[in-house]
Amino acid sequence: MHIVDGALAPEVLIGGGVLAVAGLGLGLRKLPIDKIPATGVLSATFFVASLIHVPVGPSSVHLIMSGLAGLVLGWTAFPALFVGLLLQAIFFGFGGLTVLGVNTVNIALPAVIAGFLFRGLVSNTNPKVAAIWGGCAGALSIALTTLFVAISLTLSGQAFVPAAKLVFFAHIPIMVVEGLVSAAAVFLISKVKPALLNANGQAGEYVSQNSAMVTTRQANEANNG
Amino acid sequence: MSHLFGHDQPLSVKDNGFNPRSFVGSFDPRVRVVAAGLFAVMVVALQQIEFALIAFAIALGTMFLTDLPLRLTLKRMAAMDGFIIVMLVMLPFTTPGTPMFSMFGADASKEGLLHAVLIGIRANAVVLMMLSLLSGLTPVTLGHTLYRLRCPAALVHLMMFTVRYISVLHDEYHRLRMAMKLRGFKARNTIHTYRSFGYLFGMLLVRSLERAERVLEAMKLRGFSGHFPMIDHLVFRRRDAALGAGFVVLIVLLVLMDRVYVFTY
Repeated sequence: MHIVDGALAPEVLIGGGVLAVAGLGLGLRKLPIDKIPATGVLSATFFVASLIHVPVGPSSVHLIMSGLAGLVLGWTAFPALFVGLLLQAIFFGFGGLTVLGVNTVNIALPAVIAGFLFRGLVSNTNPKVAAIWGGCAGALSIALTTLFVAISLTLSGQAFVPAAKLVFFAHIPIMVVEGLVSAAAVFLISKVKPALLNANGQAGEYVSQNSAMVTTRQANEANNG
Repeated sequence: MSHLFGHDQPLSVKDNGFNPRSFVGSFDPRVRVVAAGLFAVMVVALQQIEFALIAFAIALGTMFLTDLPLRLTLKRMAAMDGFIIVMLVMLPFTTPGTPMFSMFGADASKEGLLHAVLIGIRANAVVLMMLSLLSGLTPVTLGHTLYRLRCPAALVHLMMFTVRYISVLHDEYHRLRMAMKLRGFKARNTIHTYRSFGYLFGMLLVRSLERAERVLEAMKLRGFSGHFPMIDHLVFRRRDAALGAGFVVLIVLLVLMDRVYVFTY
């Protein structure tokens, strides 16, 4: 869902840019330097998600998985998804430069919202319950993204209104698919590595905790041996 | 797709991200980044199709000064999201104005058609200029350039890590996908397909996090203190200044002409 350069009104572009910078600032503040490797690896994972194509009807769509990004990363989803959009724009020509702010807000803000709404629910110990809420998060983030895209178009001119409506309704199957795929992903994660979805910890925190544990364990072993 | 970030293109700073033979590649990446940004902002402000076409011609000319593969670059430029194309096709029918022709009982207005064409030209001009100026850089050079242009260090480091692991994780994805294929998995419109893709992505996430743990530990072992030394050889020479100045004059002239035209007519 990349809007191209030249379609939106200047006010919308500037508004999107300001919001994106604010979101990036907040996200980077929650990103201490030793969490950057983990966040970078996760950001790369979500980039790879956009290369995975899933059949929908006679056609296929690529995954976005922004709901899951919000669940796993919280506010840091903002810089993580921004980096992905920047790389796609510069190296693949998807989207554009002046719309980068708008596109970032349209994709990352729903991710953050879905993450905050569902993070507590997804950390449920029952994988099936967690999967249902994870699916809701996935579907909601896509729904919000299409809504935001529709709003950006509507604010840019009345002539875009029918197209904006069409965009929203055409994306309903994609919301369903994203919801199903996110639900399955959350089901697997909550069985294999529930700490990734922990309510009180972002993935990065989890990594540093875990590495601290490993360090102490190794220190103890050294004493014993 | 990820071959762009892959092993066949060295992710080292030694070659400085450009092929010395290409004309565009011989300029300082910083000038190229700023020029691409300026071009985008200015082109988006153009109101007249004629001037948008000139901007597109400038972008096309720049492309011929690079050594990018011609067909691939043009294909990338023309690729747009389906919904943008639908939107552009719908514009003539939804904009009020002088009716031109009618189709399926709806009148297409001249204003709407011109607006759609204008958007199309502007979008393609910006993307083409961006691809010409920037896609020849390696992601590492881009990171260094953004750092030198005073982007937040955390963001630049995040980008460099992302770039580093995209190809690794894409390979991992292919391994998992291959395992599914070997077990007879075929993507269809079924719940089973969506569940399998969900498990695939969930597994990718779990594995990448485990990889992140190992990476962080390995980095700490090597004395990672939270700062990367940025070693590069970016030099701002006289010809870079000349290019920058020429570019600014050209773009400002284009926008001024566009404005004058709008006011006069």
